[in-house]
Amino acid sequence: MKAVLGIMLLGAATLWGAGQAFGAEGPRGTTAAPPLSLVDKALADLSSGDQARQDAAVLLLSEQGDPALLPKLEAIRDNADRSVRLAIKPLMDLLRNRANLSSPDADQRRSAAADLGSTGRPVVVPWLEAALATEPHRWVRYSIEESLALIRLASDNPEDKRRAAVKLGELRSQNAVPALKELIQQGGAADATEQQKTLAGAARAAIEQIDIWASWANAFETIFRGISLSSILLIMSLGLAIVFGLMGVINMAHGELMMIGAYATFVTQECFKAYLPAGLFDYYFLVSMPVSFLVAALCGLILEATVIRFLYGRPLETMLATWGVSLVLIQAARVYFGDLTSVVAPSWLSGGAQVMVGVYLPYNRLFIIALSILCVAGIYVLLFRTGVGLRVRAVMQNRDMSSCLGIPTRKVDAYTFAFGSGLAGLAGCALTLIGNVEPGLGQNYIVDSFMVVVTGGVGKLMGTIVASLGIGGLNKLLEPSFGAVYGKVLILVLVVLFLQRRPSGLFTIKGRHADA
Amino acid sequence: MPMPDATTIARDRGEGLLFWLTGLVLLVGLPVLNVLPDPESWLHVSDFALNRFGKFLCFAILALGLDLIWGYTGILSLGHGVFFGLGAYAIGMHLMLTIGKESVYGSALPDFMVWNQVKELPLFWKPFYSFSVSVAAAMLVPTLFAFVFGFLAFRSRIKGVYFAIITQALALCAWLVFNRNETNLGGTNGLTDFKQILGFRLSEPGTQRALYILTVLCLGAAYVLCRWIIGSRTGRVLVAIRDSEQRVLFSGYSPANYKLFVFVVSAALAGVAGALYAPQVGIITPAQIGVLPSLEMVIWVAVGGRGTLVGAVLGAVGVNWSRSVLTNYFPELWPFFLGGLFIAVVLLFPDGLVGLFAHIREKWAAGGITRKPAPSSETGGQEAQ
Repeated sequence: MKAVLGIMLLGAATLWGAGQAFGAEGPRGTTAAPPLSLVDKALADLSSGDQARQDAAVLLLSEQGDPALLPKLEAIRDNADRSVRLAIKPLMDLLRNRANLSSPDADQRRSAAADLGSTGRPVVVPWLEAALATEPHRWVRYSIEESLALIRLASDNPEDKRRAAVKLGELRSQNAVPALKELIQQGGAADATEQQKTLAGAARAAIEQIDIWASWANAFETIFRGISLSSILLIMSLGLAIVFGLMGVINMAHGELMMIGAYATFVTQECFKAYLPAGLFDYYFLVSMPVSFLVAALCGLILEATVIRFLYGRPLETMLATWGVSLVLIQAARVYFGDLTSVVAPSWLSGGAQVMVGVYLPYNRLFIIALSILCVAGIYVLLFRTGVGLRVRAVMQNRDMSSCLGIPTRKVDAYTFAFGSGLAGLAGCALTLIGNVEPGLGQNYIVDSFMVVVTGGVGKLMGTIVASLGIGGLNKLLEPSFGAVYGKVLILVLVVLFLQRRPSGLFTIKGRHADA
Repeated sequence: MPMPDATTIARDRGEGLLFWLTGLVLLVGLPVLNVLPDPESWLHVSDFALNRFGKFLCFAILALGLDLIWGYTGILSLGHGVFFGLGAYAIGMHLMLTIGKESVYGSALPDFMVWNQVKELPLFWKPFYSFSVSVAAAMLVPTLFAFVFGFLAFRSRIKGVYFAIITQALALCAWLVFNRNETNLGGTNGLTDFKQILGFRLSEPGTQRALYILTVLCLGAAYVLCRWIIGSRTGRVLVAIRDSEQRVLFSGYSPANYKLFVFVVSAALAGVAGALYAPQVGIITPAQIGVLPSLEMVIWVAVGGRGTLVGAVLGAVGVNWSRSVLTNYFPELWPFFLGGLFIAVVLLFPDGLVGLFAHIREKWAAGGITRKPAPSSETGGQEAQ
């Protein structure tokens, strides 16, 4: 994963570099400029067509490492044939990365350092050391140190090699594992020298350190992924559970209300693109959250007024009717929007935070977690700290009695349904951050969220929270060892077994029901 | 909702007549029209039409079982596609093995195993070399599976919406598992390209005609079985469970046992339907056993009329016939139609086609002057509230 990230960053860095003018800002610690004529001669040699002269020129220019030459090299490349382009490509990458070592963007510095390390050329050592001396950013320093150690590991000096191996172990560098394994292999060979054996020992110790760390990092990421999935499930299930608790209705179109929320986000984005200045584009997501909530809530209100209202007391029929609604909505979205549309995450949610070596937390996932916490807090306040919530809870506990006491139960139903639908819309809005917007979007999570409702029990917020944490967490916990499919099957089995002990879910409202 | 009471006796005579008449038409009439008339004649029933009708009748068998559990007992199962699939796969596996060396790759193994580089036939495939074992498995595997699942579900008194959701999750899981390649069940492509059954070529119209007749016979048998169950004491308890499970419980019956019984019977019927479906249609894939197909099965029963066996058959044939017509001419409209059907059936005519006919007949009898209120049907899950 890290490697892929590195490659992507490299690509980005290369693109960025192409558009930059390098002459203005020289790299830190530039070596004394060589006689101009020598450089010019080398530049000329590049396209001479003579293999030996070309190689010598590339070597010379690499050692000079002057990024100011980049524009000239580009000019040469544009006019040259394929073989020349291939020959000067590594040279240009080297120079560009050197320039990027002093870029103002930390990500770019970091990927430049990693790239220079992967070239494995001793030439870059002084550049990296110079950069290390002035680098303020923790993770860039880490990358520079890693690169330096990697290059030293490939050097000829056994003492340097040993020290590099120890250093890489301390750095928990996953990138170093192949090289270290090679050292172990050399040490294990029949004709290994004493030096090679000591090196192999150091490498073994380093790999052990790295592996232990990797398993921790892995565990941490699994937990994070579990929480992230749980929070999506939670936002979805909250709306479903409230409606179920209040009206005994399972809304099979809940997933499609989520899809509506996602499309509302998409449309908001398109409107921002079309009608507002580009500078405001990043704020579209802030607007789209309330928009998707309101649009989905409105759809919920319409659904309640036209279908569900007529089916009170017939929960099974309601399931079928709402499933019909979901079919219609999916097909309508497919016909109107086409099959695949995607939302561009705002720039403040792209990227992520590195919390420790090998653990990278994407901002969009963090945002979804925060959003779900916010939703829970909001619902708590609404249900338990306001008059409206009091009425909702009263109807939930005893509909007839509440009605007698003057609570407009039908109104409570309608608004609660709309609110639950709005939450689904919000969930859909959040989902656009991590996936495509497609008509079948709701279907991916819907069965899971039904399971959450069933497991959590009716009418208790806590049940939904615990159940979605449990099911989401288990999903991700079981995935590595059983695979996604068998993990799901296992969860169904666990839920069925769990319901043996607690037929009405984790938490239930206590009452005198023969049904409980 | 027709309850087995005194008035049913009079209706039974009419229904018996209808049963034998329909049976005669299906069993003799259509095959004769398929064989005798000139292919150009308007009376002629083409091989394709007969085959397609056979498929609908398979679905009708399944719908009978579903009606038994939903219409009569009030338990909504959204996972009947799984039992249907188990039956179909059991026969499908036998048919795959009888292809033998005729397969595309000329290997004794099914083609998909050659693709997946499976070198040896997995152990659980071996019994399916035998036709009788496969037929037995087509009934027993769904039965056994339904027994275990139903036992766990009903013992812990999972009911109403809860049961529907759990069975839906079951359908999803089954779909996921059957889609996998490493389960050696053909993955997404399923089992297909069957060549022969008991030595008869499946491409021969004669074989298909025989399968069709077999399907009609099975449907008749299933109908008689369901009628018998409903007419028995057990049937009365089932209807009582639908109307008030608590009262049944407090009267000293054990609803869980009755529910388990009816669940298992309906699963077995679904398995039979699947077993007849696979050789006639020539393919069985996970797409036919997932969440959506399982829900569609419920809607057949709802459209025809819950709690009437005729309705189940009528609904299965009617919905599937309109499906094959509509998807042929307006493929984009089918989901709208299906979704609309779900809503309309539930909201506007909860008693289905049969209820609609009964309503019209009543109006007709009353001369259209004295309007009777529409029969209200409050079936299923009232007590879940």
